[in-house]
Amino acid sequence: MNHPVLSAERLSLGFEERIVVRGLDLSLERGSVTTIIGPNGCGKSTLLKGLSRLLKPGDGRVLLDGKDLRSFSQRAIAQRIAVLPQTPIAPAGLTVSELVTRGRHPRQKWYQQFSAGDEAAVAAALEATDVSALAHTVLDDLSGGQRQRAWISMALAQESDILLLDEPTTYLDLAHQVEVLELVRRLNRELGRTVVMVLHDISLAARYSDRIVAMKDGLIEAQGTPAEVVTAELLWSIFGLRAHVVPEPSEGRPHVIPLGSETAVPAGPGLSAASELPASFELPA
Amino acid sequence: MATVAHPRAPLREDRRRRVPARGLLLAGALLALALLASVLIGGLESSLSDVWHAVMTPNGSVADVAIRELRWPRTVNGLVVGACLGIAGCLTQAHTRNPIADPGLLGIYAGAALAVVSGALVGGAALQAAPAQAVLAFIGALLACALVFAVGSASRHGVTTVTLVLAGAAVTALAGGLVSMIVLSNDSALDTLRFWQLGSIAVRGGMVPAMLPFLLAGLLLAAVNVPSLNALALGEETAASLGVDLRRSRTVGIAAIAVLAAVAVTLAGPIAFAGLLVPHLARWLVGLDYRWQLPSSAVLGAAVLLLADTAGRVVARPGELPVGVLLAVMGAPFFIYLARRRKLVSL
Repeated sequence: MNHPVLSAERLSLGFEERIVVRGLDLSLERGSVTTIIGPNGCGKSTLLKGLSRLLKPGDGRVLLDGKDLRSFSQRAIAQRIAVLPQTPIAPAGLTVSELVTRGRHPRQKWYQQFSAGDEAAVAAALEATDVSALAHTVLDDLSGGQRQRAWISMALAQESDILLLDEPTTYLDLAHQVEVLELVRRLNRELGRTVVMVLHDISLAARYSDRIVAMKDGLIEAQGTPAEVVTAELLWSIFGLRAHVVPEPSEGRPHVIPLGSETAVPAGPGLSAASELPASFELPA
Repeated sequence: MATVAHPRAPLREDRRRRVPARGLLLAGALLALALLASVLIGGLESSLSDVWHAVMTPNGSVADVAIRELRWPRTVNGLVVGACLGIAGCLTQAHTRNPIADPGLLGIYAGAALAVVSGALVGGAALQAAPAQAVLAFIGALLACALVFAVGSASRHGVTTVTLVLAGAAVTALAGGLVSMIVLSNDSALDTLRFWQLGSIAVRGGMVPAMLPFLLAGLLLAAVNVPSLNALALGEETAASLGVDLRRSRTVGIAAIAVLAAVAVTLAGPIAFAGLLVPHLARWLVGLDYRWQLPSSAVLGAAVLLLADTAGRVVARPGELPVGVLLAVMGAPFFIYLARRRKLVSL
């Protein structure tokens, strides 16, 4: 059993009077991909902010390698944890390589702004996210998927061992969503990054994650492997959604087929859970 | 969002890939020209040999006196004021992520104006002399900026772009209202304001040595602040995740703006347009990287101010136009051209 690299103890987070995350415990293993799922407003993004100290805990604490995050400087945290916000902002006219270079900020000294090490790290980050050819392209001219890869590239240039991604697939079409998630998997497997992300598509979350954390109302409802967490019962309890959860054909990971929300329960053709699938069930090729 | 699964084929590269060092060099050349013009051109035409004579073997001739006593102090003054406004403008736009921001947004000019007219109201003639006015303007500018910062940081989120701009607008409106009230009821205060408001680098050249410590402090603060600016341009959240201590960066940045803009307003009165225009020129020349943009803003600020001042001596002979007027007249069309040419205005 690995030691947790990042963990939360009785962590409460909020904005002003509104408490969003209510005393939850969480531990993230080194080298794992963890995805947080849950309905809108359940505190997923807030939790991500708390894990990187973008939001200071109202109560409880966050531990990085067993040490309280409060004992780190902003810069020291940035050397360990890179964050990709949900809707990042960039000035118009910024090129991909200029953006990625800015990821070097926590590694640069005041008196040493341009170093060979920076250059190498930027080149490696561009390469790893497959945007080297776009290095001098203006960010606004990229497709959504390319732009997201450029931002991930910036986070990579930070050379932190932990990556927090807040809805990295939002606004992307299915092909681009898969492209980004394949990239995340590669960063995890080949570069050893510990990844925590927030995703809305639960089937994709199940395919690309080692662990799933399901949240509801600021608390963790369930956590474990995708197969343990993604069940028809859980979807019902956190989303009020009726769904079939079936094993997808390649790896047998849980796949969600939504049936209807709380108010509209369809009388289906007799299937209400994965266990009821006929043994001969096969997807058309 | 388009649902194309594959990357779109033709991608627009940033063809005019700027070489920042070349841009800064160009700005330096422009400044050298501006310095030369400012020393050579005036009511009396001088040649390079006149300047050489005035520097090496002054004998009190009219040409020597014009160069040594009038144009040189004025040129140094313009150099300092222009550099201060360029840096302060660049920092203001960086910290507010607002392309139409200038140091006036932080209450600098309104505060200085209020202090100057208050001096005229309370002190009469004694406080209307140029040195006293300069001291008043300096204090007023710093106080207003401090007030803006205090109000802007009182929010629970700390100093953010929005709270800063709102606080600046409120303080500017308040000071502006008080200025109007004073000049409405006091003619001598009105006269004082009319002349002070024009903005000129001609009269207060002798104040430069007194401002030197503040100038150095401002430059130091700006230099310390530069590295965090590139990260701040990506938004506060990303900047924090890149290791920027937001509170510290804001405090240092605003302090630099306050001191540098106060120095400028002390030495030249309000020359608002320079702070707005110069950072755009710098971006056009060296690109978005603040490590190049800030020094370029300093150099270009000095060059632009000196050129406008020199032009002001030529166009209205034998009199002259104040640099503030010339700058607005010359700068506005150029600014419109810049804004139309590229998407430079968006930060």
